[in-house]
Amino acid sequence: MQLNWFRFAAPANFYPLAGRLVPIFGVIAAVTVLIGLYWGFFETPDRLGGTNPQKEYYRIIFIHVPAAWLSMWLYVVLAGWCAIGLVFNTRLSYMMANAVAPTGALFTFLALWTGALWGRPSWGTYWDWDPRLTSELILFFLYIGYLALHSAIDDARRADKAAALLALVGLVCVPVIYWSINCPDPNQCAALHQRSSLTQMEPNILSAMLTMTFGLWMYSFASAFARLRGIILEREAESTWVQELVAPASREAIR
Amino acid sequence: MGRSFLALLRRDITLALRRRTDVLTTLFFFVIVVSLFPLGVGSEREVLRLLGPGVVWVAALLASMLALERLFAADYEDGTLEQLLLAGQPLALLVLAKVLAHWLLTGLPVVLIAPLIGMQYYLPQTAILMMMLALLVGTPVLSLIGAIGAALTLGLRGGGILLSLLVLPLYVPVLIYGSGAVSVSTIAAAESQPYLFLLGAFLVLALVFAPLASAAALRISLE
Repeated sequence: MQLNWFRFAAPANFYPLAGRLVPIFGVIAAVTVLIGLYWGFFETPDRLGGTNPQKEYYRIIFIHVPAAWLSMWLYVVLAGWCAIGLVFNTRLSYMMANAVAPTGALFTFLALWTGALWGRPSWGTYWDWDPRLTSELILFFLYIGYLALHSAIDDARRADKAAALLALVGLVCVPVIYWSINCPDPNQCAALHQRSSLTQMEPNILSAMLTMTFGLWMYSFASAFARLRGIILEREAESTWVQELVAPASREAIR
Repeated sequence: MGRSFLALLRRDITLALRRRTDVLTTLFFFVIVVSLFPLGVGSEREVLRLLGPGVVWVAALLASMLALERLFAADYEDGTLEQLLLAGQPLALLVLAKVLAHWLLTGLPVVLIAPLIGMQYYLPQTAILMMMLALLVGTPVLSLIGAIGAALTLGLRGGGILLSLLVLPLYVPVLIYGSGAVSVSTIAAAESQPYLFLLGAFLVLALVFAPLASAAALRISLE
């Protein structure tokens, strides 16, 4: 069977597909998150690390690390859809970018928040101007900037393109910002945030964390598609297929 | 190409010099913001010397950003900008001319007044020289990056506040290395050259890519 990918570039064709995908991704997300949480809370050792172990509070890792990974990954996804939109001038790509952005901002906020809660018992402080923390904060500002610019422009086409350009500029700046905050002389500023050490982790902790990452990733698919359906309906409100779709429902509502 | 660049540069500077208050307002904003800090945090010599580089850079960031709003606004309102888009010249080059004019009128005065500010903060002479040098390399980057934001928010309601939201996060590297260069120059053992080199690298990158991005943004905004 040959699949015509461009068929789904039209919002009218993607709308029902997204509707079918939302429950699938939603169920997968719910199941894997439940498995991941159970695994993380009941099947893992009660301390993390060797010489100076973290006690029970390390379990916030199962939310914190997946949220931080997804916050960065979703920005790349967002910028990718923006680039596709600018190159091929397809409306659906912009809508995708627009649907992904709030989820990304949510995960960035979650990563910062859980990081603060984790930092308090382990470092003795909620916040520190550490490279990773600061660049995550700036990533949050970039998400907010994208959303603010998009909502400030009334004309949808201009809003899409302007916000897309901003997202791409932000993508170029993210590594620069990251390396700049990672100060040039490492002897002068000590980084509190430890480097990722996936290979040294206890296998159960690692697996639970990866399961959670997968679950939250599936959640981002589900939430983005659900949001996308709303955006499509809003943008295409004037077109006939939306009118037909909405018509029987509104007639019933009147009755 | 070179002639249209120079013509636009001369036009923008002439226009700005006819309305000198605009230029002076930015400069005095910078001076006032910087002068407020000693009143707020106390005037102890050691504290001010420590705060000086950062305060000067943050004030320069804010001053440059406030002036950005005017970069394209007047030309947008009277239709000149559309003519520039239609002109047979590369738009990125014309944008570069406008940004250069903008920097000459808002960035350069800040660089020149920096020694005075340095004395307010009891900075040693080497640090003042380093501050001028860092501002000289760093402020054009601010204007270049800011032009992208100014082009994107052209003609929007509440564009000024939105502009700050978009542009300030992108200013972070310049802020860090700019104030870093000045802070490090007061330490005998440390070398501030790497900071300047990195600022220079940002300038080159911004010079190449920012006019292209601003030109694209202008086309989007005027579509």
